[in-house]
Amino acid sequence: MKFDRLKEIVEDPWGTLGEMKERGKKVVGYACSYVPEELIIAAGAHPARLTGTREGIRLADGHLQSYCCSLVRGILEDGLSGRGAVLDGVVFPHTCDSIQRLSDIWRLNVKGGFHLDLVLPVKLDTDSARDYLVDVLKRFLSDLERALGVEVSEADLRASCLLTNEIRRLLHELYMIRWRRPELLAGADLHLLNRAVGIADRNLIVETLREAVADLGADGARETTKGNKNILLAGGMCSTPDIFNLVAEAGGRVVWDDFCNGGRMFLEPLRLDGDPIAAVADRFLSRVVCPCKHRGLTDRANHLKALATERGAGAVVFVHLKYCDPHAFDFPYLKAELEKTGIPSLLLEVEDPLPPGAQIRTRLEAFLEMLD
Amino acid sequence: MNARTDEKERKKIKAVKKMKEIMTFYYIDAKTASETGKKVAWITSGGPVEPLIAMDVIPVYPENHGAMIGAAKMGVELCEKAEAMGYSGDLCSYARSDIACATVNGGPIGGLPRPDMLVCCNNICGTVLKWYEIQARYFNCPLFILDTPFCHTSFSAEAKRYVRRQIDEYITFLEDVCKKPFDRDRMAEVGRLSIEGQRLWQAVLDTTINRPAPMTAFDAFFHLALIVTLRGTQQAVDYYRLLLDEMNERVREGVGAVDEEKYRLLWDNLPIWYRTKWLSDKFAAHGACLVADTYTSAWCSSLKYMNEDDFLESMAEGYTRIYLNIGVDEMARTVIAMIDKYGADGLVMHSNRSCKPYSLGQYDIRSIVERERGVPTLIIEADMCDERNFAEAQIEGRIDAFMEMMAAKGSA
Ligand code: SF4
Ligand code: SF4
Repeated sequence: MKFDRLKEIVEDPWGTLGEMKERGKKVVGYACSYVPEELIIAAGAHPARLTGTREGIRLADGHLQSYCCSLVRGILEDGLSGRGAVLDGVVFPHTCDSIQRLSDIWRLNVKGGFHLDLVLPVKLDTDSARDYLVDVLKRFLSDLERALGVEVSEADLRASCLLTNEIRRLLHELYMIRWRRPELLAGADLHLLNRAVGIADRNLIVETLREAVADLGADGARETTKGNKNILLAGGMCSTPDIFNLVAEAGGRVVWDDFCNGGRMFLEPLRLDGDPIAAVADRFLSRVVCPCKHRGLTDRANHLKALATERGAGAVVFVHLKYCDPHAFDFPYLKAELEKTGIPSLLLEVEDPLPPGAQIRTRLEAFLEMLD
Repeated sequence: MNARTDEKERKKIKAVKKMKEIMTFYYIDAKTASETGKKVAWITSGGPVEPLIAMDVIPVYPENHGAMIGAAKMGVELCEKAEAMGYSGDLCSYARSDIACATVNGGPIGGLPRPDMLVCCNNICGTVLKWYEIQARYFNCPLFILDTPFCHTSFSAEAKRYVRRQIDEYITFLEDVCKKPFDRDRMAEVGRLSIEGQRLWQAVLDTTINRPAPMTAFDAFFHLALIVTLRGTQQAVDYYRLLLDEMNERVREGVGAVDEEKYRLLWDNLPIWYRTKWLSDKFAAHGACLVADTYTSAWCSSLKYMNEDDFLESMAEGYTRIYLNIGVDEMARTVIAMIDKYGADGLVMHSNRSCKPYSLGQYDIRSIVERERGVPTLIIEADMCDERNFAEAQIEGRIDAFMEMMAAKGSA
């Protein structure tokens, strides 16, 4: 299929990053969507989103208790096992409590490479927070320049903003195509793409997306109407096992997702006039928040309800990583708000990779049956 | 009275009675606020309470309430209720208890008084942000968030500016909600009292440098309540002076908290509220005294950043650089400094499922401490309020084995 090359990349992320490095590219690992890729790209480096190992855990358990999410554990394992040694540096943003501690533990135990903490504001709805955010991004850029031994010009920043905007635009288009004609693109492919976007060379991503859009986009007229079994995936997890496929196998149809590694990636393009750093800051401020951030009390619920209506979803399936506090805190409220608009929901607590066994499948099937 | 009960009497801390009295009146005051026309603010334990006191707002601490729920062994029931409401059983048990409690006015004191405002400072965790959002929706009342950037390795100039500006925003928020101007002179006075209270609290904790130690960390867990809830008042200052006198008296008379103190241990993380007595007896039976802890000392650990002549200015730094808002290595340095100061020969870590910012990183702190000081560590897996996560037999076995190891080490 179209994404063969991406499949190889996703299956062997460290091999891919190693090859880039051999070609002389600097590689910077980062842990969450609140790290501005634009700045890393502008500094001539390749941003690699860390999503945790798919191999077994051997070393991370010596540093983390059992009640820590699989993403944090998986990322640390990649560091401790030496796989992460291809990274020239890592960036940890301020998100959840677990990521804060991951940053410390990585800094103390994984040697080599630079280590940057991007201590973003948690509040995103005040003037002082915006000023602080801009300050922090500026400092981040100068830290990156020092660490990578480069000087970044405004033209570099503009070019990288154009590139990431193009990826956002194409991803959005692909989501729209699939929304209109779900049969054109398997959920598994979308999932693959969402993972690849954080790992592969971004120019390769643009190329692949352009081809895919050109191939699939020919006939885009038919619209999906609201259907009981149209599913909106939500939870915006930092890393997502392939739940698209599971929903399809259980008889549902994923029409959209609100994952951090998915439908939320392309929300809000960057403004291209004015100061690029301010534009990056403003995008973070205006994008619907991740539950680790605060922007009013109803932001996420409003977003989710609107998204469900707009995409004709009959139900929402929340997918949370076990031990993920921020998402777990929001769930009862989001569920209640969706119910008020007649949208039922189901919560799946998972790990990444998914544990073997049929439990999740059974729960999904039972839920979908109920939607008849 | 025989000699045994005599000795027991002698060991009882007399100030306890006074403390219970103060806390009872404090809660009566808080619970009748609507009748007396006072405003009530719910605030996080690490939150900036002084401006509230200066504005005559009664501060109420859901976390202190959580501790009371835990100590009254009502945590499980409330946590289960929260789980029935859809909250994951893996979330902080203070938050779960409080969220459930608000809907039924349950718990040992029939719930907390309804808040007129919420003040959330995220210097202790991200949990409080989510928890206070939930309560702000539930009570439909204004929420102020003091966002204190995490200090992994430093407190940046940008962060300082940001927090400082928020202190002004906080004052404006209070003026809006209370509909009256902020009194800066009063604030200066409250600030001085706060610092004096913190110094006295530190002095109380430091009496355990003596051998035998006149009190244990378990006592500190109890006497902590005032520095948390009434910081910035004369009452807290008076109380800690009284307690300090009593501790000094015990030191003079050689009264130890534990019979024949043989081992001195340092406690890390929150107390296990529903088992404090059990644990205290258990360690005492081995002649082990928990002489200090990282938890109760957190309420005076920022003293070095505070300026009593300019409280408002120094507040930004003091409230940002607290124990839980710093990197694991700085936490380890703090632990080592405490081991040295209090002459501890072992470390007891409560790996607390409820509190990720406190607990994740403990394994690294353990290794650093063992490497730097050769001090052995016991890890107890539990939870501060949710008794379902306390495996008594297993924990008892681990404590016994640890103490036997200490004994063998001592005689070797
Ligand atoms: S999945 Fe949740 S707990 Fe894990 S890193 Fe992301 S926000 Fe933090
Ligand atoms: S126990 Fe930990 S997670 Fe819970 S409120 Fe306190 S600091 Fe936050």
